[in-house]
Amino acid sequence: MNANTVREKATAVQMLVSTLAKITDLLKIPLRTSSGRIGLAILAVYSIVVIFGPWLTPYIPTEYDLDHRFESPSLNHLFGTDHNGRDVLSRVIAGARSIVFISVIGTALGIFLGTLIGITSGYLGGWFDQIAMRAMDFLLSFPSLLLALLLITIGLQRTSLDESWLIIAVIGIAFTPNNSRVIRSAALTIKPLEFVQNARLRGEPLYHIVLREILPNIVPVIGVEASLRLSFALLLTASLGFLGLGVQPPTPDWGLMVNESRTHLSLAPWASLAPAFAMGTLVIGVNLFADGIRQSLQLPEDRGQK
Amino acid sequence: MGLDRHPVERYTVWIKNAVRGDLGMAARGGATINSMVKSRLPNSALLAVVAFLIAVPTSLLAGVLAGTRPDTKLDRILSIGSLLAISIPEFIIGVILMMVFATKLGWFPSSSILLPGETILGTPKILVLPTLTITGALFAYILRMARANVIEVMESNYVRTAILKGLSMRQVVFKHVLPNAMIPTITVIANNVGWMFGGIIVVEFVFAYPGIGSLLIMAIDTRDMRLLQSTALVIAAIYAFANLAADLLYGLLNPRVRVGQ
Repeated sequence: MNANTVREKATAVQMLVSTLAKITDLLKIPLRTSSGRIGLAILAVYSIVVIFGPWLTPYIPTEYDLDHRFESPSLNHLFGTDHNGRDVLSRVIAGARSIVFISVIGTALGIFLGTLIGITSGYLGGWFDQIAMRAMDFLLSFPSLLLALLLITIGLQRTSLDESWLIIAVIGIAFTPNNSRVIRSAALTIKPLEFVQNARLRGEPLYHIVLREILPNIVPVIGVEASLRLSFALLLTASLGFLGLGVQPPTPDWGLMVNESRTHLSLAPWASLAPAFAMGTLVIGVNLFADGIRQSLQLPEDRGQK
Repeated sequence: MGLDRHPVERYTVWIKNAVRGDLGMAARGGATINSMVKSRLPNSALLAVVAFLIAVPTSLLAGVLAGTRPDTKLDRILSIGSLLAISIPEFIIGVILMMVFATKLGWFPSSSILLPGETILGTPKILVLPTLTITGALFAYILRMARANVIEVMESNYVRTAILKGLSMRQVVFKHVLPNAMIPTITVIANNVGWMFGGIIVVEFVFAYPGIGSLLIMAIDTRDMRLLQSTALVIAAIYAFANLAADLLYGLLNPRVRVGQ
């Protein structure tokens, strides 16, 4: 081993350590407030459920047990059983994975596109800004649920993608306009600052200015926007599932569970209430987490739109 | 239906007729889409208007009450309650209301299906639960906006001046806080009209309410593309007009954004 490789390795380790430190620093931000702490705790519980879900279910979530239909909550079935005798707790645990997966990836896609379009059009201005923002206005001219319903119906007929990927694409497309507007206005406040103009005069390429100069300075805005959008994504995914356009059976889906068991409300209210409760606590967790970041960074209260 | 012709040609014919106010025939049932839309649109409008008329004034009032007294018991209760309500999708609010008021108490019917010859106004009971569901979601959202804006204005210099020059709290709130806090709040309400349309689609589906939203879902379920196109066109058109109206209202309220003259 010569001196150079040792030095390279040392720099690599240093970079890794500093990135890890940055990430833990970022995680400390919401911990400064009580709502952030509660939110983070709820999200931690759900992360465990999502990651280890398949090993946590006491019963097979899709297994019918017609001798034990509509059983009320007991020690055998903590949340009771549904109209097919399936264990509701197992189905709630198993259903967490798909909704979280879809919402997180969909939100990430929307944030990615929104950040790219927002910063670039904020920085460039001129005709690019005009065209990009008018395109966003076009997408905004549909209510997001209507846009989702249309895109999924068309997607199911014209493409071979399954529902999960379609919903991810739909969330990404539906959330890009609002994201890019918010991020564009944040980029506009950074653009006139000296270091950006300095980079421009140095002749740095566009991607350098967008990614290395502007982006790092609006990370908090993006973080708040992402957590806010995540809660909308969860609500949208659940609503689509409820309308029967979400993840298809036999995969358990919280929205579809509520839909299927609402006809048996008088017999087995727990079959609707359990997924509803899971949904509510998850979104509350996300909202509290977002509140925590916002409060501790002293960003203005959410004035965004759904 | 001209299914042998090219999709572009079919679309051109459909959109030409649609602009003239003829949406064509539905694939099933032999009824014109016009008549279906005409019979259902007033029902949806009624639902939306009633929910809006109840939610907007009450939530603004509650938002101002909470915003002028931050960190009191009332504010805590309203904030936690509204956080709960915005964290629950409309269909869950709907199902829970159904569970309590229809299944347990039996005060209102759990579905809003109309028998032939019945109208919504003739059987107002079926309007109650869908309206409550939309009101609940709207109420929480507007309340949070109003509260945040009121708190922001309360911290401004001109409000401090008004308090220090000895105005009563009532005068401060009505003359200085309300006008300035309401402008951004109303913008947000207007911007969320679109989200309310989505909410109405879901709520109509929950209660089988005979409106345009459940017609849209029916079109998706039966794969009737022409009906789907038409209902989507109608909803998007109404949405566009609602947004235009909101922009005009904003100009009326806030002289700073008026242009021209």
